[in-house]
This record gives sequence, structure tokens and C-alpha cells, in this order.
Amino acid sequence: MTSALEFATMNVHSDKAGSPEPGELFVAFSRLTLHSFGGALFWSRRMMVEQRRWLTDQEFAELIALAQLLPGANGVNLAVIVGYRFAGLRGAAAAMAGFVGAPLAIVIGLGVLYQNLGALPLVRDALTGMGAVAVALLIATAAKLSGVLQGRWRPWTFALLAFAGVGVMRWPLAAVVAVLAPFAIALAWKGRL
Amino acid sequence: MPPVDLVSLFLYFLMLAFLAIGGAPSVLPEMHRYVVELNGWMTSAQFAELYTLAQVAPGPNVMYVPLIGWQIAGWAGAAATTLSMLAPSGTLTLLVAHLQARHPRATLGIAIRRGLTPITIGLIFASGWILLPAVNDDWRGYALTAATVALVLRTSVNPLWLLAAGAAAGIFGLV
Repeated sequence: MTSALEFATMNVHSDKAGSPEPGELFVAFSRLTLHSFGGALFWSRRMMVEQRRWLTDQEFAELIALAQLLPGANGVNLAVIVGYRFAGLRGAAAAMAGFVGAPLAIVIGLGVLYQNLGALPLVRDALTGMGAVAVALLIATAAKLSGVLQGRWRPWTFALLAFAGVGVMRWPLAAVVAVLAPFAIALAWKGRL
Repeated sequence: MPPVDLVSLFLYFLMLAFLAIGGAPSVLPEMHRYVVELNGWMTSAQFAELYTLAQVAPGPNVMYVPLIGWQIAGWAGAAATTLSMLAPSGTLTLLVAHLQARHPRATLGIAIRRGLTPITIGLIFASGWILLPAVNDDWRGYALTAATVALVLRTSVNPLWLLAAGAAAGIFGLV
């Protein structure tokens, strides 16, 4: 286990491949996001750890955990964290703009097409088939993530309660989280989750 | 369709952004409840189709949010939902990234992360549960979903090919 002090120094001196400039961050995150079909995580690791060597695997895992802990879109959070780490405020803005810009334009373009062509039988049929797959990707992601619960009954209870409350009962998310989260965090704090 | 109050739309998605712990899919059930069940701005099938469209496009999975906003209130709706979903939580992330450089292993942070992980996983399952009947008309759709889940869990096939295969299955009338 690395001590807090060592870890902090490690954070500061992570210039394995030189710290990227904001412009480079913008281009890198634009390319990354345009590769990201069905989730950006796989492509993020490949780009940041293997190709550009900005981060080690250990550093990448820490930053991912931080990005997931924070509210909002995980991938966008990761872009902000990595951008800030290498080039401060301008770096964070550049990485976020690169990561979100092109997909936003593409998705709105698709929306316009959908409004104009959405009623065509061919488009309807294709969307029906792709919808079945898109839901499968979502369920598979949840299933893969549930590996971290390691089959222990306490975390599974919280997962099932969240699923039942929001998915089956259709209760408001804020209420369900407000009831479950304090218990889950308290148990985790005592090391019993 | 009832008129759309952009300010409340903005504020609502702002709340969603701060509840989106574990990523954008975890707030899908709540967004569905608000957009389809409470306000009737679109049908459940339309909601699912917009979600699917966003999955077909490259980029982070949060990109279904601007599409939903756009369907509700055009460009203004897309801007209201996207800004509120990205800007404040992005700012919070900046702040934490700054603090984290100084206190990298705060115990409370670890407890919060461990505690919220199972809840997040349950919420993503809930998203799938809500979309299932919205995208699938009969048993053949469910069979395609089940087969795809098995394939994704057992192989490392690129999801893009699966979406293409789904489109083909739809066009040839298999689902």
C-alpha cells in the first residue's frame, strides 16, 4: 500500500510522456470520444495508458474511481480530471470540449434525421432491432459491474432494494437514494459492507 | 402535449445531474418517470428509441440527455438539459480534482464510494428493466436482448457490430 505522501508526490510527478498542452488534450479527447461506441471506458484506458502513456494503470484506476464517485457523466468527469491534472483549468476545459463537442453534434444530427425519417418502416424496423441490443448492453454493463459486489449479501441487498424501488415500484430516485445511501455509507464506513 | 416550462426543465435536470452517481444510465429511470409518466412529453417507445439513437452514435453514454431535451422542446430543450447535466457537476469535479491532489486518500471518500457502488449497480439494472418492454414488442425482441447480454458477457466483441446486427435483424423482420 502506497502511503498518502508517496501517492501525492506520484500525482505531481506523472510526466512520463511530458504533460500534454490544452490543444493536444482537445484533439486527444475528440479522437477518443469518436472511437467510443458503447461506452468510453475501454477506449479511455487504451488511449491514456497504452498509447499516450499519460498515466499508469494504477493512476488510471484511481482516477476512474474518482470520476465514478462524483455525480454527473463518468466519462465527462474523467476528461475534466485528466485535463485539469495536466494543464489546469484550460486543460480541463479543452478536454471536456473535445470529449463532448463532436458527439453532441452527431447525436443532434441523428435526432433531426429521426424526426424526418423516423416514421419510415425501414428506420422503424432497424431501430426496433437496435433497441433490443442497446438494452442488452445496459444490462450487460450492470452485470459486469456487479462482479465488484463479490456475491456478498449486504451489498447485494442494497443493489436489489435500489432496483426494486426505482425499477419495479417506480418510486422517485431522490427518495430511494436518500433512504438507502446513509445506511450503505455508514456500513461501508464501519467496514461492514 | 402540455407546454414546457424551460426553467423547471433546467432545474429538474440539474437535480438529476447531482443524483447521477455512477454515471448517466443510473438516472434513466427517474428521467423516464418525469418525461413519460408525469409529463407525457413522449411515449415510452419514443423515449427508448431516442436512447437507442444515442447508443448508435459515438461518445459518452450521457448523450441520450440532449436528445431527450431536444424532443421535449427543440434546441432550447437540448441546451437546457445538456447544460444542467454537464456544467455544475463538471465544476464540482474540478473542485474535487483540485482537493484530491492534496488529500488523495480521505477515508470518508472511500466509504461514500463503497457505499454507493451497490446502489448504482441496482439503478443501472433498473434502467434496463424499464427499457425492456419499451423496446421489445414480443418474445423475439426479448430473445435478442438475452442473446446479446450472453454474448457481451462471454466475448469481447465490439458493441458496434452488435448494434449493426440488431439493425439487420430488425430490417429482415426477425424481431
